[in-house]
Amino acid sequence: MKNYLTQDISLKSWLLTKDHKRIALLYLISITFFFAIGGFAALCMRLELLTPGPDLLKAANYNKMFTLHGISMVFFFLIPSIPTVFGNFLIPIMIGARDLAFPRLNLASWYIYTLGALFALTAAILGGVDTGWTFYTPYSSTYSNTHVVLMATGIFVAGFSSIFTGLNFLVTIHKMRAPGMTWFRLPLFVWAHYATSIIMVLGTPVIAITLVLVGLERLFGVGIFDPRLGGDPLLFQHLFWFYSHPAVYIMILPGMGVISEIIPCFSRNRIFGYEFVAYSSIAIAILGFFVWGHHMFITGQSVYAGLVFSLLSFLVAIPSAIKAFTWTATLYKGRIYLRTPMIYALGFIGLFTIGGLTGLILASLATDIHFHDTYFVIAHFHYIMVGATMMAYLGALHFWWPKITGKLYPEFWGRISAVIVFLGFNMTFFPQFILGYLGMPRRYHVYPPEFQVLNIFSTAGATILGVGYLMPFVYLIWSLKYGPDAGNNPWGATGLEWKTVSPPITENFTQIPTVTEEAYDYHQEPMPDLPEEAM
Amino acid sequence: MSDSHSSILSHQFETLDQQRASAEFGMWLFLVTEVLFFGGLFVSYAVYRYLYPVAFAESSQTLDMWLGCFNTFVLLTSSLTMALAVHAAEAGDKRKLIRFLLFTMFLGTVFLVIKGFEYHHKFEHHLVPGAHFEFEGPEKEHAQIFFFLYFVMTGIHGLHMIIGLGVLSVLILMAYNDRFSKEYFNPIHITGLYWHFVDIVWIFLYPFLYLIGHPK
Amino acid sequence: MSHDTAAPHSPLTITFYVKLYIGLLVLLLATVGASYLHLGPFNFAVAFTIAVIKALLVILYFMHVRFTEKLIWLTAGAGFLWLAYFLGLLFNDYLFRW
Repeated sequence: MKNYLTQDISLKSWLLTKDHKRIALLYLISITFFFAIGGFAALCMRLELLTPGPDLLKAANYNKMFTLHGISMVFFFLIPSIPTVFGNFLIPIMIGARDLAFPRLNLASWYIYTLGALFALTAAILGGVDTGWTFYTPYSSTYSNTHVVLMATGIFVAGFSSIFTGLNFLVTIHKMRAPGMTWFRLPLFVWAHYATSIIMVLGTPVIAITLVLVGLERLFGVGIFDPRLGGDPLLFQHLFWFYSHPAVYIMILPGMGVISEIIPCFSRNRIFGYEFVAYSSIAIAILGFFVWGHHMFITGQSVYAGLVFSLLSFLVAIPSAIKAFTWTATLYKGRIYLRTPMIYALGFIGLFTIGGLTGLILASLATDIHFHDTYFVIAHFHYIMVGATMMAYLGALHFWWPKITGKLYPEFWGRISAVIVFLGFNMTFFPQFILGYLGMPRRYHVYPPEFQVLNIFSTAGATILGVGYLMPFVYLIWSLKYGPDAGNNPWGATGLEWKTVSPPITENFTQIPTVTEEAYDYHQEPMPDLPEEAM
Repeated sequence: MSDSHSSILSHQFETLDQQRASAEFGMWLFLVTEVLFFGGLFVSYAVYRYLYPVAFAESSQTLDMWLGCFNTFVLLTSSLTMALAVHAAEAGDKRKLIRFLLFTMFLGTVFLVIKGFEYHHKFEHHLVPGAHFEFEGPEKEHAQIFFFLYFVMTGIHGLHMIIGLGVLSVLILMAYNDRFSKEYFNPIHITGLYWHFVDIVWIFLYPFLYLIGHPK
Repeated sequence: MSHDTAAPHSPLTITFYVKLYIGLLVLLLATVGASYLHLGPFNFAVAFTIAVIKALLVILYFMHVRFTEKLIWLTAGAGFLWLAYFLGLLFNDYLFRW
């Protein structure tokens, strides 16, 4: 029987596909490309930071590098990553549907992303942007001489890709669940994407209009963000962060959904506190909209606003903490299998906890005054974005690789890479907490010589991390040709996706299933052994 | 209950009603994004009106409030004709449907033409923000911010109207080619939602832009 | 099941639509008329309230939300609520700067 990969192998069938699974793979290629670009920019930055002086890049070009790094990684890699690849691929199958609610809109989303990406790449090639991914005014709106409008256009367009994906997911999850698939039988991965989609729909339009305003200000000099003409630069920051803070939850929630799938499977236990995890996802999505001012504590916003935002920021930590506790409790008396996805998942829990706790340090007004715009902030968000989200992404890639491709990856290399990633990551970013505490500012290409040792550690760690990322790229592609066949369910996992063939047929199911079991129906039964060739 | 009308039921749906409910929910979600999109502009407006009440009132006086009132009347009427178009579609009445869609298009066009006259007037009086902006009064820069918001908010609103007109013309063609029936008229329904939403934006824009301060 | 909503055949007749439309026109004239009154800071509140009523009438009746499933109520409400939150929290800053 033909599967979704072999059904029709013409280029036209791929470029005009309406199959959510193929669209997921199209996205996989796009976002991997941008990961490489963002990674290259990071490499340039870390090389420059090996020495206190300006050796490799002069200031203007360093600014362009960290801008390129931020924009590529945030808008073109992290925000789409798990939702457009794994959300697209898995959500219909997980709920027992044949496709998303609007397949053509799904394809359009990818083309819109690609169009946005082309604008952004053009801006980068023509000389880039030096405002930082945050585009603060009035520098971005008046003074910068770089390709702000072009880059902003790229992000604007890509934003609509995000909006349409979120819209599609919300309608699909509400309207297309199979008979018996009640809300509380849904995999938590679906709940996580439901919450993420709410954020995408409510938040993204605001950054869209904000970028339009910046563009118009640049083109016509009207004063909306220009203090010389009565404009308030802080208004930009309010508008920007109203989206960009919830955006960080767009980047973490899907990862949490992945962890909620991996932990039960590799501990052979039902998840502890299913409803808590489900509701906490929604809580994070909602509360995440009320805290944006914590990025602006020292910018001149009113102290009262700062107080309110600080308090609300503490509140949003609670649902996140609840998740960390439920995942840990799931492990209790479980039968733990330390296969590659599990190594990533356990790493996620630890690194997310560190990232989250340091977020609290930044959320308190007094300590933030010291830490704002230092490497402490950078370390904090990289612990979440890279330590947590990236590891969840890699965990997802390994966990569902057998389902998506029908092949098993070599488990030995998988485990080694996961450990290398974990060690490399910590070596890169832990020193940055210390650097920030000692006062090293972010976005500087030069620094006092006493910071050099820690910077060298960080760069060395980044190199190791890079190796850790390169390895899956090699062995996963290798497995496409040489890996053993996976079979339907190599992990002995629950969930509708594991009941289908690997790779699935185009329609996902020959017959729409009727669901009778609760989610995560594990009873500490042993996991199937991997075949010899997959070790 | 399953329908065998395979041509109007897309393969991912099980029933026509599931398809209809999905289309409606999907359009409402899109409208929510529009609320937030325009919302960013309304937020900016709120901030600057709060900061510069006098400049905003003086600038608002230069807008022709009766022309704006007439335009509001035009849009409200177009909402009525759009609702009647959907009503005709529900009844499967092709001729009435096309007639009311045409009415709606006509009214939408009238709105845009009047807007065009207003813009032209602003241009002639150097009230377009930018290098050639002129405004008598001590708060020239603050007035410029008002006019910037005026042009951006009504401009983006106008853009949405133009898109709406485009969609309406496609719908008229589809209706003419018998693509709709009592059982299937989702595109009409969801376009109606879009059109009403664009009307709602104007319902707020009119008093916020034209009616600050008191008429002289 | 989630998708078993009956297709909402609104009990809205052409007569009702026309009456609603006339109501909207009356409210439009009220908005203009109110701008002639000198109510100080309440002018804005009045104009805003009338606009909200007009918008609600369009949403509930022209857009059929009165007769459709709760999910649509929730969705429409969420959009406007979010804008209200944005404004509210934002003015925490602007109102209390010194």
